Amino acid sequence: MRGHHRLSPLRIIGRYALACLLAGPFSAVVQLANADAGSWPTPPATSAPPPQISGPLQGGTADHTKFDELKGPFETGSQVTQACLSCHTETGQHFMKNIHWTWSYQDPNTGQQLGKRYLINNFCTNSRGNEGMCAQCHAGYGWKDESFDFTDETKIDCLVCHETTGTYYKTPNSEGSPACSVMFEGKPPIDLAAAAQSVDLPQRANCGACHFNGGGGDNVKHGDLSTALKQPPRSLDVHMGVDGLNFACTACHVTNKHVWAGSRYQIVSKDTEGTGLPGQRTDVATCESCHGLAPHPVDSLAGFKLNDHVQSIACQTCHIPEFARGGVATVIDWDWRTAGRTRDGEGYHEEGYIQGNGGHRYTYKSIKGDFVYDENIIPEYDWFDGQMVYTTIDTTFDPNAESIEINGFSGSREDERSRIWPFKRMHTWQPYDKGNGTLVYTHLWGEDDAAYWGNYDMGAAIEKGMADFGLNYSGEYGFIETLSWWPITHMVTPKEQALACGDCHTPKDSRLAEVKGVYLPGRDRNRWLDIIGTLIVAGTLGGILIHAGIRFFSPKGSHH
Amino acid sequence: MALHQVKIFSGFERFWHWSQMLLILILLITGFGLHGFHSLVSFETAVTWHTGAALALLLLWAFSIFWLFTTRTWRHFIPTITGMWGVLRYYSYGIFKGERHPYRKAYWRKHNPLQALAYLMLKIVLFPAIWISGLAYLFYFAWRNIPNAPAWLEGVALVHTAAAFAILTFVFVHVYMLTTGHSFREHVMPMITGFDEVDLTPEEEAYLRKDEPEQIR
Repeated sequence: MRGHHRLSPLRIIGRYALACLLAGPFSAVVQLANADAGSWPTPPATSAPPPQISGPLQGGTADHTKFDELKGPFETGSQVTQACLSCHTETGQHFMKNIHWTWSYQDPNTGQQLGKRYLINNFCTNSRGNEGMCAQCHAGYGWKDESFDFTDETKIDCLVCHETTGTYYKTPNSEGSPACSVMFEGKPPIDLAAAAQSVDLPQRANCGACHFNGGGGDNVKHGDLSTALKQPPRSLDVHMGVDGLNFACTACHVTNKHVWAGSRYQIVSKDTEGTGLPGQRTDVATCESCHGLAPHPVDSLAGFKLNDHVQSIACQTCHIPEFARGGVATVIDWDWRTAGRTRDGEGYHEEGYIQGNGGHRYTYKSIKGDFVYDENIIPEYDWFDGQMVYTTIDTTFDPNAESIEINGFSGSREDERSRIWPFKRMHTWQPYDKGNGTLVYTHLWGEDDAAYWGNYDMGAAIEKGMADFGLNYSGEYGFIETLSWWPITHMVTPKEQALACGDCHTPKDSRLAEVKGVYLPGRDRNRWLDIIGTLIVAGTLGGILIHAGIRFFSPKGSHH
Repeated sequence: MALHQVKIFSGFERFWHWSQMLLILILLITGFGLHGFHSLVSFETAVTWHTGAALALLLLWAFSIFWLFTTRTWRHFIPTITGMWGVLRYYSYGIFKGERHPYRKAYWRKHNPLQALAYLMLKIVLFPAIWISGLAYLFYFAWRNIPNAPAWLEGVALVHTAAAFAILTFVFVHVYMLTTGHSFREHVMPMITGFDEVDLTPEEEAYLRKDEPEQIR
């Protein structure tokens, strides 16, 4: 039994009744009391940043600098891993089950084969066949093609997540075209022993090494995950703020045997269980798992109403009014049609966007095409039940379709599991198989003549990308508009900056102007009723004026 | 039969009237704000005041209904057509000729027939429409999971808004009526002092003089 259950209608009414009795007289007192305590539960700023909080356990029981096993010297990262596994005997078997290792996930509802290993997105499109480059973000060593041994625990990369010197880095697992490999030359050697002795629970910068740079650059992909979160102010993220709670990622993405809570493939759109009993709920990263099912302090009628809204509105909708904040822009539009231009036979890039923190961003790259950036973005909103349905390499569609959803999602007002969620909308023109109506694996990275990055022949790159995996390709490619949807869940603002009621409940420019299936007070109205009602009221006033006028001008009637 | 200054509005009745006036004023202003007609106050403030005023009004009504039935004063609101024509004729014709209002308040009939009918309709049609729809509106989240809840909510909102327009219309007519017949002040004073001119039978006068002398001046 969980500690909390869904509130029955009777209990809601009962709580209202109680509020009526209590809220009026006591709210003023409560507010006065709160004024002194700061803005609880948001902690006050402190001068010295505390260590990042990964969970309830603090301190640890071992000093890794004292272990002989970690003295080194180490030639390779894998040797460090073997040292780790000599004490952490079961970790390898645990780790190899998680998605950071497998890059594979089968949706239990749709049966779809998902995971980075297989999927096509509308950024750099596909990692399949490009692992030499893309698997830099695989939590392992040496995945460059299909021959990688997913059962070899010595190939796990412990350091990328656990080292805290900040000097550790990864390079592509294969050389790639000379035009590209030059980018990775001249890096300083890594002191693996120092890195090994520095291990700790993962810091934001560890996770961020990959997750802040998804899609090929800082905040390109998610919009709500950028390097601004390495040392964010509380105003950017109330949980991660260094002048606030200073949470590490794993404070919410709780870990059990190296499997993390909080999945983009299986999203909990409405948590109906809340906090659970002490020691429970290590299976989710939902807001409710800490904040409960009635998260707003009940010191006003508005507090009750807000707690009711939890049924219909995801926390993120009000508490993340904008994403791509903190000075780092995200890509919202990508056009592969313009990729492949060269100058004197060489690829080039152009900077055309200066973001909030002053950094310059590429708006054109020969290897990728044109990008459009944006910052401080108001999300798109829609009902969402947590279920994404992907357009995978196996999906066929009408080749003349206007656009394709990379990850369409379902949800509606009628569905009790659905809530209104905020999304980043990513729009891309990307290559597809025009003849068969499928997406394509593009061979981007490689030392051969077909790799697009270096040779700039899209036809050849698709030909090889498909052939390498025995996939049917018509031989005719085109470009199609694709959309992908990214539920926004990071960059939670302090509550003072959350949306106000009137941001949605308003006839003009409502945040939820496009959300269907619900009558939203303030936003919606019956036009005819308003016209008729206004006419009746105005007519009455007019009638009164006429009546009064006649009385006034009738000599005998003026005072009666 | 003779006219006397008699206390026709008890202390509770006057408190009821004026607090109801204040609450309805708050409800009208905040309600039309919530509807999007103006933005004098934020949506959150408007919801808070609207809900608070509505719940206070419901409490007041609970007391007033108890009062009406325990003091038998509900009988003032029994509809009648006796004298209705005279009142209608007066407002649409006689008033312009400087005629005298045809209705005399009686001890057990302090409202003229048109007034009694208007107040009765307010009590049994408009007010129930607005408070029943209002409670349904307020507790939407308690029934949001029934089939077609959004369509029901739209219906509830429709009834609630329509009733609000009707009540606003009533308020305008009600206030305007104070300017007719006697002076505005003379119309308002009874609801402040409680005393108004009432046509008493000799028996009623004798009873009041002997048993309730404080009710008659």
